[in-house]
Amino acid sequence: MANPRDAYGETLVELGGKLQNIVVLDADLSKSTKTILFAKKFPERFFEMGIAEANMISTAAGLASCGKIPFASTFAVFATGRVYDQIRIDVAYSEANVKIFATHGGISVGKDGASHQMIEDLALMRVLPNMTVLAPSDAMETRCLVRLMATTEGPVYARIGRANAPVLYKKEDMGNIEIGKGLMVRDGSDATLIACGTMVDQAVDAAERLSKSGMSVRVVDMHTIKPLDITLVLKCLKETNAIVTVEEHSVIGGLGGAVSEVLAENGSRVDFKRIGVQDIFCESGEPEELFEKYGLNASHIVKTVKKLLK
Amino acid sequence: MTPVFYTKYLHKKNIQGTCFNSQLLGRGEPLKQQDEEFIRKLDLMAVKIRKHVIEMLYRAKSGHPGGSLSAVEAIVVLYFHHMKHNPQNPKDPNRDRFVLSKGHAAPTLYAALAECGYFDIKELHLLRQINCMLQGHPVCTHIPGVEASTGSLGHGLSFANGIALAGKLDKKDYRVYVMVGDGETNEGQIWEAAASAAHYRLDNLTGLLDRNFLQIDGKTEDVLRLESVRDRWSSFGWNVIEVNGHNIAEIIDALLSASEQKNQPTMIVLNTVKGKGVSFMENNIDFHGVPPNEMEYTLAMKELNAAQKALEATL
Repeated sequence: MANPRDAYGETLVELGGKLQNIVVLDADLSKSTKTILFAKKFPERFFEMGIAEANMISTAAGLASCGKIPFASTFAVFATGRVYDQIRIDVAYSEANVKIFATHGGISVGKDGASHQMIEDLALMRVLPNMTVLAPSDAMETRCLVRLMATTEGPVYARIGRANAPVLYKKEDMGNIEIGKGLMVRDGSDATLIACGTMVDQAVDAAERLSKSGMSVRVVDMHTIKPLDITLVLKCLKETNAIVTVEEHSVIGGLGGAVSEVLAENGSRVDFKRIGVQDIFCESGEPEELFEKYGLNASHIVKTVKKLLK
Repeated sequence: MTPVFYTKYLHKKNIQGTCFNSQLLGRGEPLKQQDEEFIRKLDLMAVKIRKHVIEMLYRAKSGHPGGSLSAVEAIVVLYFHHMKHNPQNPKDPNRDRFVLSKGHAAPTLYAALAECGYFDIKELHLLRQINCMLQGHPVCTHIPGVEASTGSLGHGLSFANGIALAGKLDKKDYRVYVMVGDGETNEGQIWEAAASAAHYRLDNLTGLLDRNFLQIDGKTEDVLRLESVRDRWSSFGWNVIEVNGHNIAEIIDALLSASEQKNQPTMIVLNTVKGKGVSFMENNIDFHGVPPNEMEYTLAMKELNAAQKALEATL
């Protein structure tokens, strides 16, 4: 296990040493988002904005207009919904080189309850023109995508979860990682699981269990929700008999929404299901309990695939 | 550009402020005339800008006359006297920046930018038309000289804070100016930004509050009380200067004094008249977001032409 948040904080420090124009902003959550690591190393380039997220986003846009590469961080719920208008005008419409990096995305925030469980952020950010949307799945992928965020011009939103995540990748697996290109984690011919973020690990687990029942299941880590790797989705459509999307997000508007748009527009008649939060607010609980109750774990994925392939 | 200093209007005569003359008034040549004459030239530019605004809104058949007209003198002083900027190089990293947070006053900003030479004056007549550059509200991605995309109120002060922080970080001596509407300060984000600017001691930031006392639904004090404006800003840690927002000399003075202030940002409260310069638009809330019709256009132009003639006669 490794914590993607630590990976984020450490990568910011690494980038801070290489790129003088990296600046970091946080809204009184630097200990949780791990931007505190950057703050300690480069105090003059860290801006504590207090509990004032709207001001943080617009300030980041102002910094970007002067050639800075601002990373603005807070929890996903405050980094998107609360500041939608600021992101819309000052970041997306303005094509500002602002990087919004959110932690504590999805329901695995757990006991804080639905107020803090952000299940709409990918949808909110995906609908914005000019916005790139990322959801890395483990610590190593987080490192690589944060580096790419810094060197990719334009607005980017990325979200990770709160919890430790199983290690999915080694350094050498990340050689060709690119924003906008999904990774085939595991090949298979019967069905494809297209997952992102915390759910990639659950999808891999499910695929392993399904293989024991004689089903060959492909797993795609779709770390970039936008621009979506349409080529890869269409390849999976051609090569496998069923497609299931899995995300720690509402089934509306996020990865499932994006993939279903591609499938529908390509006249697909493939068997298709979206696994995610089914258009409801969840509740307080342990992450595992929540995943079980709201159908976001490997055993639920197994059931769904089996039903589809029947 | 050669700097031109108008020391007569300085509080302290030895200030070396960031007063650069932009093109039209002197085109980099230090003015030889008396200061009074220079003030009248800026007054004349204000009339020209008002004529552009009326023309633009009449042609566009939409837009916001009231708040555009109240903002004219401050924008004229910034672009034609006070700010260090270069229309030939709008992205010069050392330029002073102006953020129009009350984005609905876009016609005034566009007219000033066009008169400075950022783009062709003919563009003004295409405001709000499809396939044309000048959008209903400012957008920074493709209008030369526009620093920030605004229109959704409350963002601009935060954006200006970002510019000011970058200036401090890079040890650059540019300044950033941001104009906020009085009604706009209803927005909570303004006060987040006000706190932040004071916290970071952004003395390279000057705010200009267009205090015209009117917003769409009525008088600012009836819609959501703002007074005491001075106390609010000073209690947030700002230096506050109050001026007649239509008096060129007072605005010049205030901007220079703000540039001198150390360790805190300054808010210049511009006491203005909504619709200023066109008699029937003045203090008339009906002209917040309604353009002049043909008759009103003719009447407004008649008044402004008369004002222009009177000023020209003195030069």
